[in-house]
Amino acid sequence: MAEPAFGAPRLDAPQPVAEPQLVTRPRVENQPLIKAGSSHIADEIFRYAMLACGLCVLALVAIIIYELCKGSKLSWHAFGFSFFFRSEWDPVNEQFGALPFVYGTIVSSILALVLAVPLAVGVAIFITEMCPRSLKGILAFTTELLAAIPSVIYGLWAIFVLVPLLRQYVQPWLARYFGWTTLFSGPPYGIGMLAAGIILAIMVVPIVSSITREVMTAVPQQQREAVLALGATRWEMIRTGVLRNARAGILGGVILGLGRALGETMAVTMVIGNRPDIAKSLFAPGYTMASVIANEFSEATSDTYLSALVEVGLALFLVTIIVNILAQFLVWSVTRGMPARSNA
Amino acid sequence: MPEPTSIPVRFTTAPVSLYRRAVNLAMTSAAGLAVVLVLLPLGAIFAYLVYKGVGALNWDFLTQIPKPPGEPGGGMANAIAGTGLILLIASCMGVPIGIGAGIYLAEYGRDRFGDLIRFTADVLNGVPSIVVGIVAYSIVVLTQGHFSALAGGVALAIMMIPTITRATEEMLLLVPNAVREAAYGLGVPRWRTTLSITLRTATSGVITGVMLAFARVAGETAPLLFTAFGNQYWNWKLNQPTAALSLQVYNYAISPFDEWHKQAWAGALILIVLIVVAISAVRIAASRGMLKGAS
Repeated sequence: MAEPAFGAPRLDAPQPVAEPQLVTRPRVENQPLIKAGSSHIADEIFRYAMLACGLCVLALVAIIIYELCKGSKLSWHAFGFSFFFRSEWDPVNEQFGALPFVYGTIVSSILALVLAVPLAVGVAIFITEMCPRSLKGILAFTTELLAAIPSVIYGLWAIFVLVPLLRQYVQPWLARYFGWTTLFSGPPYGIGMLAAGIILAIMVVPIVSSITREVMTAVPQQQREAVLALGATRWEMIRTGVLRNARAGILGGVILGLGRALGETMAVTMVIGNRPDIAKSLFAPGYTMASVIANEFSEATSDTYLSALVEVGLALFLVTIIVNILAQFLVWSVTRGMPARSNA
Repeated sequence: MPEPTSIPVRFTTAPVSLYRRAVNLAMTSAAGLAVVLVLLPLGAIFAYLVYKGVGALNWDFLTQIPKPPGEPGGGMANAIAGTGLILLIASCMGVPIGIGAGIYLAEYGRDRFGDLIRFTADVLNGVPSIVVGIVAYSIVVLTQGHFSALAGGVALAIMMIPTITRATEEMLLLVPNAVREAAYGLGVPRWRTTLSITLRTATSGVITGVMLAFARVAGETAPLLFTAFGNQYWNWKLNQPTAALSLQVYNYAISPFDEWHKQAWAGALILIVLIVVAISAVRIAASRGMLKGAS
């Protein structure tokens, strides 16, 4: 074993460090220009105050979930999971089943999407790919305006304009030519599932089209140029270059629209007819989860009744949340990497 | 050496088949048609609002309270005031909390916890308005024992918060870091920097967010149905049922009286004017450049 030579520096020990030269100066110059004082305490207070506001957001969602669960406990214990598969809604005998409302919500939302999605995608295509620059801003603003109209005004318009129109012209026509599908049969009341679907479609179009527009703008310009350079017509360019690249985001927009349609209350309540029946015909009146709460909550007489309504609310809440999360995830998968933009 | 010009070089585009041209034309016009179909209801709604609303609008409508059914005249003065009161309560609660949460997300929330709050705000944004109504009923109305303006305000505040939070965060993040660093360099404490420099710079953007949230809740009816509940008379007390414009429009629209239908149109016209003014103000403010001070 070779010992290190005497006097050689030992590598595993602290190396000798040159003594730092302390420069002493008058204390005055080291002090900051502005005296900070106790600013770190103020900073901490401020930070915690802002954190409290942030926690409020968390707390609100927690409170919503807690209150809904607490409120629906009675009904959950009485009916269990079969609550959503029973079709009788009988407040007098305290028998509650949410199936008609689930059915009405699903049918009206799907009808709305079937009507709205082609239109919304068409509008988005027109705004991003076809229209002159000067028209773009106006059109975008107008579709946003459509989103800002309160739903009670949609409902008002639907009651006094859309419903008579449907009753007099559209429904007889549909019954005559498409009556064989049994979707359009029965007396043409005007109010009913069809009216609800149409008014929902009008309300959903702005959301779907603004998301679709956003995703289509996120598709790189080179994609379009490459497809055009291969000799594609404009539609082929849009189909293969833009829509195909943006499809996940468009699906996200559609699902976001579904979330809005599921939770929409007032306009639907005003035109759907509010009858807890499951009818195959779109002309027949129906009922949705949101509108049963709107109509019956303040007059619910017994605890079980109230609890059943809260349970309907809880189900609506959970479904909407899941749908929204899914949609955000899809939109995010396309626009990721783009700078954050507000929808304003 | 052979001349390269022996083969004539001509660029010709291959003829596009009739089928492809037809499909192109059809699809292009379909997109145009979609725009027309979407604008049609919008035009119809506004036309009807103005046509029916202006006819029913008069001075009495703006100054009188509702008359019993069957009697002509009367107005919605108490509902207009009630909407103002409820929106005031909602703004007093929603705006500070929303802006505070936005500041937290922008200035401190660059971590997992911030992501959680961000995600929760998005969840809150998607909660159906009727569900918010149920919750406000459970926490305010059941505690107080009766319907109240306060409960309506709480419900609307819950709906305002997520919109304001996300808008504030977005706007604060647009403020260049150099502005913050300049303030720190002068020895300004962090809280003071955030409030007087960053937030100040982003003021008009934040106001845009607040106004959008305001416009969104101004016409909300569903959360007020069993919180503010509506009232046929004047009420300025926070703990009493209060009329609201949107509620009144709803109640009148589904009523069987022609006189009330007319008033519903007039109420709807006032509501939409309120909202369009808010949105247009936002639009103008945004187009003037929201970060004037920063650049």
